[in-house]
Amino acid sequence: MNIANLFKIALRALANNKMRCFLTMLGIIIGVGSVITMLAIGQGSKQSIKESISEMGSNMIMIMPGTEERGGVRQSSDNMQTLKPADYKELQDNSSYLKGISPQVNSSGQFINGANNYPSQIYGVSPDYLDIRKLEVDEGSMFTDRDIQSASKVCIVGKTVIDELFPDGTSPVGKVIRFNKIPFTIIGTLKAKGYNSMGQDQDDVVLAPYTTVMKRILAIDYIQGLFCSAISEDQTQDAIDEITELIRKDHKLKTSDDNDFTVRSQEELSSMMSSTSDMMTILLACIAGISLLVGGIGIMNIMYVSVTERTREIGLRMSIGARGKDILAQFLIESTIISITGGIIGVILGCGAAFGVKAILNWPISIQFYSVVLSFVVCTFTGVFFGWYPAKKASNLDPIEALRYE
Amino acid sequence: MANKEIIRLDNIRRYFKVGSEEVHALRGVSFTIFEGEFVTIMGTSGSGKSTLLNLLGCLDTPTSGEYYLDGVAVRKMGRNERAMMRNRKIGFVFQSYNLLPKTTAIENVELPLLYNSAVSSKERSRRAMEALEHVGLADRVHHKSNQMSGGQQQRVAIARALVNDPVIILADEATGNLDTRTSYSIIVLFQELYKKGRTIIFVTHNPELSKYSSRNIVLRDGKVIANTQNDDIKSAEEVYKSLPKEED
Ligand SMILES: Nc1ncnc2c1ncn2[C@@H]1O[C@H](COP(=O)(O)OP(=O)(O)OP(=O)(O)O)[C@@H](O)[C@H]1O
Ligand SMILES: [Mg+2]
Repeated sequence: MNIANLFKIALRALANNKMRCFLTMLGIIIGVGSVITMLAIGQGSKQSIKESISEMGSNMIMIMPGTEERGGVRQSSDNMQTLKPADYKELQDNSSYLKGISPQVNSSGQFINGANNYPSQIYGVSPDYLDIRKLEVDEGSMFTDRDIQSASKVCIVGKTVIDELFPDGTSPVGKVIRFNKIPFTIIGTLKAKGYNSMGQDQDDVVLAPYTTVMKRILAIDYIQGLFCSAISEDQTQDAIDEITELIRKDHKLKTSDDNDFTVRSQEELSSMMSSTSDMMTILLACIAGISLLVGGIGIMNIMYVSVTERTREIGLRMSIGARGKDILAQFLIESTIISITGGIIGVILGCGAAFGVKAILNWPISIQFYSVVLSFVVCTFTGVFFGWYPAKKASNLDPIEALRYE
Repeated sequence: MANKEIIRLDNIRRYFKVGSEEVHALRGVSFTIFEGEFVTIMGTSGSGKSTLLNLLGCLDTPTSGEYYLDGVAVRKMGRNERAMMRNRKIGFVFQSYNLLPKTTAIENVELPLLYNSAVSSKERSRRAMEALEHVGLADRVHHKSNQMSGGQQQRVAIARALVNDPVIILADEATGNLDTRTSYSIIVLFQELYKKGRTIIFVTHNPELSKYSSRNIVLRDGKVIANTQNDDIKSAEEVYKSLPKEED
């Protein structure tokens, strides 16, 4: 049998049954498209969470005052004052796994520049903070250890705060702003980082020497937390163990005593966050799986409903001399054309919808190669199989039986 | 007259199972048809004519009995061989036309040639066109099946049966839906084919038509009750010419 003729036969059959073709294709398009879009959204949000975690620094370690929270019980304020600048010194002097260490004390209040004011937070930190949090100076410079020692009233400001306080676009470096009536000289600006995946504005930040915040703003002798970075991600656990040991020693805790501070690594946090997004991906995968199933059933239905019509057609073709394999070849060509075309359209629409979601809703997306392949293969296979199977059955009948099929 | 045996039926039976009952459509049919004969098969409705013709056309398998086509037992042929027979040697006109739906006249007629790789696409459309002209449908070439009258569909079905230039033509009520004049034009066509040496088996209700064939077989209740040679074949063309053309 001539392949060209078989193609001609198949193409004619398709051209003469456009509606049936279209409906079959629709099942495939919906199946493939929805799987790709759903998984792109799921994976996109997961990846953006991952990214923002690594933006924050994957080897970051946080030390908080107070014993580990249990069951959400609020801890006494006493308990929250256990970290002292001495602990910072201790770590600075004796730790061997830490690259950077910065205390953190923060205070919220109103920033004022002339007629412009903006409520935000001031973070009291050390110069290491920039490296730990992966921040970069844009204009000007970071304050130095000398500023820390002298508790000087200088600060380095994020983009959002600048935009609010200097709406006319003048350079803020060298200008003086007030925080709760205390004047601060802006010595530098931070490079914009935008929103993180949790929707927090990472540029809504003002950094000042921690000593300044402790003494001049809060008038406290303790620090609210310590941010450290391990030399490498692999050494995070060693670093945590070392920190715990050093601070326990510093706090003169007995072996039987609980820690009066908490050490958390970014890793723990990230696994917590990614498990949430894993759940979302699973959910979306379920939805996608269901749409794949629905698409598949749609394909099956259309193919099945047309079996009667097609069985008669097969009977007729056989009665004028088509052999079983001619019939099978025709149906295979037909269903392959439909399925692959539908699959390709589905891939295009699925990717298009994913990008549409990104463009319109501003959701992070990540198109998964495996989802494209998987949905394409599943739908195409379903389409081809259910196109081929009735043909296989019908072509085994005597022509007259097939012609009489009801 | 050629006397090569082309069809031989040997005690053919065809039973259908309908629920728990058995319908005996053919109860032991035997006859021989020689190459170049024009046979009409007659009989009352339900006498088994279509069943018999389907068997002759290799579309169905007998319950018992042997069918020799061109000397070969059909039962022993493979499915592909039988398909080849239907494609190259047999032209079949169905009582219910069986045209492909949503498909144009020319596409329907081309169909048997599409399953014959020896025919080029150029020749295919030439022959299909020719066959359609032969049955007087040159002006309906691109009409779809559902855009034609019953008689026109019937003529498309005839054109499709002729297009492969078959040795045997099997027609089931090929004139059943046509007016007298058009019926005669079809008979004229079959007589021409007969003169060219084709073997024709023509099922009909109309006893008149047996005058134009060389043999007449009558069925009743699945059995042959008459099988008569007709030596005085009338010319359908004369009758056709004598019939008044309808003015339109
Ligand atoms: N597929 C089938 N299943 C059951 N019974 C059948 C089947 N085909 C035919 N028959 C029965 O066989 C008998 C002969 O049918 P057939 O179609 O051969 O008659 P026919 O002579 O062609 O009649 P008509 O002139 O009305 O076309 C009928 O009684 C019919 O009911
Ligand atoms: Mg009949």
